[in-house]
Amino acid sequence: MEVLIDIVLLSLLVATAVALVMVRGLIASIMLTSVYGLLSASFFVTMGAVDVAFTEAAVGAGVSPLLLLFTVAVIGRKERAPEGGAVLVKSLLLVVVTGALLIVGTLDMPPFGSPDAPAQTHVAPYYLQQSGAEIGIPNVVTSVLASYRAYDTLGEVLVIFTAGVAVILILASSSHRGSARLRNATVPDGSPHTILQVVGKILIPFILLFAFYVQFHGEYGPGGGFQAGVIFASGVILYGLLFGLPTVCRVLPPPVMEVLAALGVLIFGLTGVMSLLNGAPFLDYSVLADDPVTAQHIGIMVIELGVGITVASVITAIYYAFANQLEPGPN
Amino acid sequence: MDVFSYFNYWVVVVLMMLGFFIVIARGNLVKKLIGLNIFQTSVFILYISIGNVSGGAAPILEEGVALYSNPLPHVLILTAIVVGIATTAVGLALVVRIHAAYDSVEESEILAQDEPC
Repeated sequence: MEVLIDIVLLSLLVATAVALVMVRGLIASIMLTSVYGLLSASFFVTMGAVDVAFTEAAVGAGVSPLLLLFTVAVIGRKERAPEGGAVLVKSLLLVVVTGALLIVGTLDMPPFGSPDAPAQTHVAPYYLQQSGAEIGIPNVVTSVLASYRAYDTLGEVLVIFTAGVAVILILASSSHRGSARLRNATVPDGSPHTILQVVGKILIPFILLFAFYVQFHGEYGPGGGFQAGVIFASGVILYGLLFGLPTVCRVLPPPVMEVLAALGVLIFGLTGVMSLLNGAPFLDYSVLADDPVTAQHIGIMVIELGVGITVASVITAIYYAFANQLEPGPN
Repeated sequence: MDVFSYFNYWVVVVLMMLGFFIVIARGNLVKKLIGLNIFQTSVFILYISIGNVSGGAAPILEEGVALYSNPLPHVLILTAIVVGIATTAVGLALVVRIHAAYDSVEESEILAQDEPC
């Protein structure tokens, strides 16, 4: 049964990707991207990667198509006919040859799902067997993410923060000195989406509540800072789409989002410095309290909070920067 | 079942090549970024497939469960997805600025404008 679901989902993914190659016009492509994101999230669930599925559902099916739509709203939806002739033949040849070589390469891979594969016997058994005693929380993904490999995670959070800063700087107008501050303060007076607004008013509180649940329950069930951050941001973005940018900017002002993005990284880094001051290596939480396991709990809670704050505010700030590019329409 | 044991990897290769094809054969910059996204997701699928253990539960420790999927690829991919959307946003921001400067997002038109007389 599992094999069947796996095959169906993967075949649908391939079909979506083929449709993306064939289709012309950017709106259709973006809708297919959203379908693709949802399908890959479902695939991750069948593989037992529930934490990954959370993130992909919010990012792949939600935020990513949305940013593409904003871009297309600015630059226009037309796509020129693809070039034929020599370019097409050359690219096809390159793709087929590379693909064939990669397929030959996969024949050396260990069989799918084998428990004896090198990936399963290296460091993973240690995490699965020891993290219960060392960290004391059931979700191994959170243990590895926030404690064993916290250094990596700090790097990832810094990349996200830097990307947010880059987007704000690239899209800023000269009069705003590199900030995502609101450019058009007028409320759009087009017809309000009444039905969507009513539905949204009911849904959005639950989306935000769910984000907090994912954030603070991430040690016991699937979840954590990254997932909570993207879910929170998608709730905010939904609110912005339904009620207009000025409204959401009154609730969460862009300058506050910029400060919060930096604050999250700061919380993460300072936790590492706290361990240093207590005589342990950077980001080794076990010295933060008398009992090492309790100390790990505290450390993981704090840095997951930092991650959640940064991810939520960076994605919200990116949304502000893109939504700002749209001039208020004539209607 | 021998064919199925490689099915996931082959799908990864096909998806990767479809994304690669969009990147090199389509001129529209937004379409190129969409192709790059497909390429990226195929790598995610590869990692998660490698981490899968037949019959393994999601890696959340529970009494009475002995077999779990490998948590390490999950950690790597989970963060990679969020980093991916942040970097895609940078790419899209650049596309918006390129459109402002060249009034086009088609590669051939942009290159034509850049050519010295």
